[in-house]
This record gives sequence, C-alpha cells and structure tokens, in this order.
Amino acid sequence: MAMTDYNNITHSPEETRELAARFAADLKPGDILALNGPLGSGKTCFVQGIARGLGVTERYITSPTFVLVREYQGRMPLYHIDLYRLAPGIEIGMLGLDEYLDGDGITAIEWSEKMGEGLPERTIDILIECIDEKTREIIFYGK
Amino acid sequence: MIVLGIETSCDETAVALVKDGTEILASMVSTQLDLHRPFGGVVPEIASRAHLETLIPLLREMLENAGVKREEVDAIAFTRGPGLIGALLVGVSLGKALAYAWGVPPIGVNHLKAHLYAPCLEGNILKFPLVGLIVSGGHTLLVEADSWDSARILGGTRDDAAGEAFDKVASLLGLGFPGGPAVERAARDGDPGRFQLPRPMLKSGDYDFSFSGVKTAVRYLVERIEREGQPVPTADIAAGFQAAAVEVLVAKLKCAAESFRARTVVLGGGVVRNGELRRRVQEAFASPEQELLISSPDLCSDNAAMIAGLGCRILEEGGGGEWGADADPNLGWGVGLF
Repeated sequence: MAMTDYNNITHSPEETRELAARFAADLKPGDILALNGPLGSGKTCFVQGIARGLGVTERYITSPTFVLVREYQGRMPLYHIDLYRLAPGIEIGMLGLDEYLDGDGITAIEWSEKMGEGLPERTIDILIECIDEKTREIIFYGK
Repeated sequence: MIVLGIETSCDETAVALVKDGTEILASMVSTQLDLHRPFGGVVPEIASRAHLETLIPLLREMLENAGVKREEVDAIAFTRGPGLIGALLVGVSLGKALAYAWGVPPIGVNHLKAHLYAPCLEGNILKFPLVGLIVSGGHTLLVEADSWDSARILGGTRDDAAGEAFDKVASLLGLGFPGGPAVERAARDGDPGRFQLPRPMLKSGDYDFSFSGVKTAVRYLVERIEREGQPVPTADIAAGFQAAAVEVLVAKLKCAAESFRARTVVLGGGVVRNGELRRRVQEAFASPEQELLISSPDLCSDNAAMIAGLGCRILEEGGGGEWGADADPNLGWGVGLF
C-alpha cells in the first residue's frame, strides 16, 4: 500500500491511534519504524495504535522512556524502544538493538534521531508535526 | 539473620545489610547521574560498566565499615526486575556468584514490591488491607493487598510514569536534570493557581493514571507565552504542573484507601521524595484509622536496604534458593507482596 493511502492529519490522540492501527495492518516481521517529533506530539500514542493493530492484548502500552525497551506479543512481536533519555550520537551496537532489528517482529523506535548512525534502509521514518494543540500531521517517508 | 542486598535496576548502584528484615546495619547508594551528565543523557554502556566498576568496591567498603564478616551473612538478595536489562544483569550475576561462593541461598527480589516493604525498615508493620502507591521515573502503580500472599495491581499509568512527566516538564521549562527536584525547587516560588493545567483521569472512576496530557499542556502553554513575546513564568508553570500531578496521585490513592478500607497506606518510589506530594498525602490521611507509611526520603528512592529487607521476609517464608531466577526487565507483579 502506498503511503498516500493514509489520511495523515489527525485531530485527537484517539485518531492518531486509529491511523496507526490501520497502518499496522500492512506491517511485516522485520519492519522498523523510526518515530520522531517533539515532546507531547504523540509518538507513544502512535505506537499504542500499532499495538492495537497488531492485536496486542496488554492493558497498557506505556512509555518506555525509563526502561528503554518494552516487548509485546501480538500477531507478531512488537518491540517498543525509546531513546529519549540517551545521549545524542548513540550507536545501534551500543544498545544491543541489533537483535530486535533483525528479529521476527516490528521495532518502533521513538527519538531515533538520537542515533549517530543510520538504521537499515528498510526503515520507515515517521515524523509527527504539531499543527495546533490537537491537530497532528503524520508524515511517512521511505519504503 | 543477616541478608545482603544488591540493587542495580536503573541509575543507582546500591548495597545494604539488613538484620531480621527490620534493622539496617549498613546501606550505601552510588548514583551515576554525574557520569552521564557530560553526554547530555544516559549512555547504556557507561551505565552497565559503572554498575560493574562500582559494585564490588562499594560492597567491600560496606562490609568493612559495618564490621560484618561473610560467615555472618545468611543470604544474598538482589533485584531481578523490573528495570534496565544491562543494569539488572550486573546485580543478578554478582548476587548469584556471591551466594554460590559463600554457600548461602540467592533471593531474587521484585523491585516494586521492595518499595512497599521499605517502611518496615523504620519500625513499621504492614497491616491489612493495605493500599500502596509506587511512583518513580519508570512506574506509577496503585496496589491493594489483603495479606502478604494476596496483592494485586489496581491500576497504573496509561502512558508516562509520574516521574517521567516531572523530567519531561523540567526539560520543557529548561530546568535541567534530574527533573523531579528541579521542578520542585522552581515551584517553591511559584503560584500553583495561576495556570490551571488538566487533571487527567481524576474522575475516570478507575485507578488508572495518565500524565502525557499534562506534559503536552505544559508544552503548549510555554509555546503560547513565547509566541506572545512574554517571559516564561517558569516558577508558576512548575507549581501548576506539580499541583496537577500531586492532586491526581493523592485523589486516586485516597479513593482506593476508602474503597478497600485500608488500614495501612504505603508510598514508595523516587517521586515520594517530592515535598508537595508528602505534604498533600499527610493532609489527606490525617485521621488515625488509616496509618500512613512514608519512608524517609533515602528509603523512598532506589536503595538496597529494601531489597535485603524483603529478601529476609522471603527467606523466612521458605523462599529463596532459586538459582534459575534470571534478570527480567519486564518482571510482572505475580501474586502477593513477596
């Protein structure tokens, strides 16, 4: 499915989740999502929608800011990573992220811009821009 | 009975010796914050290496200062999880290696449950039913227990942990890291009533929390003021945010304590160092029917005494000795308080 098939403007956190859940339907094992956007733009919210789309049954998909990684099981595993607390310029190898990226699930990385080196080419970049207090534009790049 | 405790779940390396589950013989905490500061954030390799480099010298120093010989130690308790995997592995590996070498049982401890145990190290007894609130950088949990063997999670955050929200608001206000103390300091000179920030889920009728929305509200408030060309009233915003976060935490705790007719109300976790939270909770639980247990600040934030203390209780109950108990970053609650 081409990225333009999504209506990329959302007007509430719930709409962002809905959009992400629809987007998740097309995801395959090994897919990597690099999520960027300012504090409070809705990155974790987007991943909550991915989890819903993958059929993850956990009650809460919470921010992994402090633990760096949370793992969930849906129709395939979801690895939710957050680099917010990390120093800029961090490398994938230092984090031991390789095993997630090459794994059998979806890897969603918040604040991926903190990484010094690039992610694999197949990575889908997702940028969340704040239009106003409630409105978000979600821009997909790549693939 | 003397239990040695080891805690390495996040940014603190800690060791402690606790006697009979109630008396702290020694407790030492070494924080890594200063190591990471020059990098502008946490460097995972530094975090694991710092635990590795700090742990054994800290342990030696403590044993020497306490005058406790290894023959006197009856068990080694260590944090199994939840926490950062690289950090947890250091404590779990050393804990098991020491237990093996000293011929004593290893005891894997749940970090969150240890936070609820902390008041027992200051002469308190947990009476049931009990309601507990654990608030830290990584966790926001309300727990209800009918006995030591029967405890369950009532609710938790649906997005950001309370401590995480303090950190992120501090960052939005340019107050530096760690954010909790920075927000509290700034809030001291502020007017909490000047800006009405949202109280998410205050009336949701369940025991869940949400702090992401308050964080976002602070962001837009700051942006609006900047757009208008005004100086950002950092103190007033910090005070407004702190008041919002504390109000929701206290309201849900109060509601749970009443619903379950709690005899003991326990608070634990790094956010409980916050003076405003401590004051508000004390006001809310002023009546003598419910005993409020808030540990001294150093026992609220991460420490190894609570790990050793709970380890003692686990051993008394016939637990411990599980050599297969591995580090588990997502360790679940399971049942009970052990």
